[in-house]
Amino acid sequence: MPQLECRNLSLGYDSKVIVSNLNFSINKGDYLCIVGENGSGKTTLMKTLLNLHSPISGNIITGDGLKSNEIGYLPQQTIVQKDFPASVKEIVLSGCQGRCGLRPFYKREEKNIARENMKRMGIDNLSSRCYRELSGGQQQRVLLARALCATRKLLLLDEPVSGLDPKATSEMYDIIEELNSQDKITIIMISHDISAAVKYASHILHIGDEIFFGTKKDYLKSNPGGQFTSNERRNEK
Amino acid sequence: MNEIINKLSFYMEHSFVRYALIVGVLIALCSSLLGVTLVLKRFSFIGDGLSHTAFGAMAVASVLNLTNDMLFVLPATVICAVLLLRTGNNTKIKGDAAIAMISVGSLAIGYLLMNLFSTSANLSGDVCSTLFGSASILTLTKAEVWLCIILSIIVVLAFLFFYNKIFAVTFDENFAKASGTKAGLYNLLIAIIIAVIIVLAMNLVGSLLISALIIFPALSAMRIFRSFKSVTICSALLSVSCALLGILISIIYSTPVGSTIVAVDIGAFALFSVIGIIVQKTGN
Ligand SMILES: Nc1ncnc2c1ncn2[C@@H]1O[C@H](COP(=O)(O)OP(=O)(O)OP(=O)(O)O)[C@@H](O)[C@H]1O
Ligand SMILES: [Mg+2]
Repeated sequence: MPQLECRNLSLGYDSKVIVSNLNFSINKGDYLCIVGENGSGKTTLMKTLLNLHSPISGNIITGDGLKSNEIGYLPQQTIVQKDFPASVKEIVLSGCQGRCGLRPFYKREEKNIARENMKRMGIDNLSSRCYRELSGGQQQRVLLARALCATRKLLLLDEPVSGLDPKATSEMYDIIEELNSQDKITIIMISHDISAAVKYASHILHIGDEIFFGTKKDYLKSNPGGQFTSNERRNEK
Repeated sequence: MNEIINKLSFYMEHSFVRYALIVGVLIALCSSLLGVTLVLKRFSFIGDGLSHTAFGAMAVASVLNLTNDMLFVLPATVICAVLLLRTGNNTKIKGDAAIAMISVGSLAIGYLLMNLFSTSANLSGDVCSTLFGSASILTLTKAEVWLCIILSIIVVLAFLFFYNKIFAVTFDENFAKASGTKAGLYNLLIAIIIAVIIVLAMNLVGSLLISALIIFPALSAMRIFRSFKSVTICSALLSVSCALLGILISIIYSTPVGSTIVAVDIGAFALFSVIGIIVQKTGN
């Protein structure tokens, strides 16, 4: 049984349809990359999958025992109040909140998870700094560490590498790869970095005028895939 | 100085002064706890809005000749708080506009009702004391003090119990929802706690000055501290000390209680702002 399945899904805002008739399913351990142009509806799809936004029509079916507190999420934009007093440690730890249920305080184990993930993202030296006084890339790492804390089965990432430097970017891809291959965590990632998408993903969902869903191999042969990737290659030259 | 101490110890022998101090400190503590969340959620004015609602409800209660108006005022205010914080989420009418609507509306209706049906001879005096807080904190009965103590304990415990969840929901509601925290439930909880605090605080500072009690300690603490925990602790301590100081001053110089507390809060805010600037300068 797939972990997540979309049937005839139509997305949009206030009955204005942006994407219609999406059909795809994701199994445990898949690595799905969602690609498409700006404004094609990738973020909207992710929010709909997360139940933050309701679909216009169609169904999202979760299976395989997936519960909402086993999902990690990195938003594309986090609008944090300008004067919000919050330390890096507090924010990363809040990623463990879903594990708590009604329990009021974090367990030592959860604090360890937070510390581990801060180390992973190379921000353990910032742990008592104030979030809003960090650089954009550092903030991105904090939110990634928080997302990793919440992840137990499924991780959704909306442009995780935007704002990261090249070294951090490749480290990021390695971490995601490791989570996917070793911990068998399902990954859904939105990315404009098509070469990385093709390199790491097992499946690709292309949103746009033409919708494509399938394995990476089929994507490269397909119509949108061929165009999108060849554009990319031309740009790289 | 000696004279002041004498005067104080003279007053301290009276139970009404002790009651006032207890109640004042408790209300200051409760209101400062949620202040941080409210300021950050851009709900600074909810205090105003709700207290005006409570004012309207009080007017209705007195027109209906209810003997214990708490029983009517508290539920009415809770319902309004829930409605207001809900509109904050799905933004058909923006949060601030909704608050303004409800607050001005209930103020008007409340005053109208009091005017039409009031039996009291001193109407403007009544209205004034509901708006600015009255000497009523000095006329508290034992039962009222106990009610206040019990409600405060509930509020503080609820806050401690849900502290981490309140942080998560305040910092990033979408993430909290996405990762399985019941954000809607905790928003509801926050709304209810706020309503309780406001009904409590109306006795102390009156409905016009409640916002000050909620906002000033949080804003002052945010001048200096940079983490949620430190800001919360600091604003609680600050609020309690300002309330104590304010009540003592008002007793000694017989100034109005509510406005004196707020004046002390403003003083503390100025002090903290200056310290904040100095810390920033020397830090870099
Ligand atoms: N809150 C909103 N209300 C109405 N329309 C919206 C809203 N958010 C986005 N849209 C519209 O929905 C469409 C899809 O937006 P979305 O953010 O999903 O794009 P995207 O694929 O994530 O783009 P990008 O690559 O720039 O992140 C856009 O045309 C946008 O204008
Ligand atoms: Mg997007």
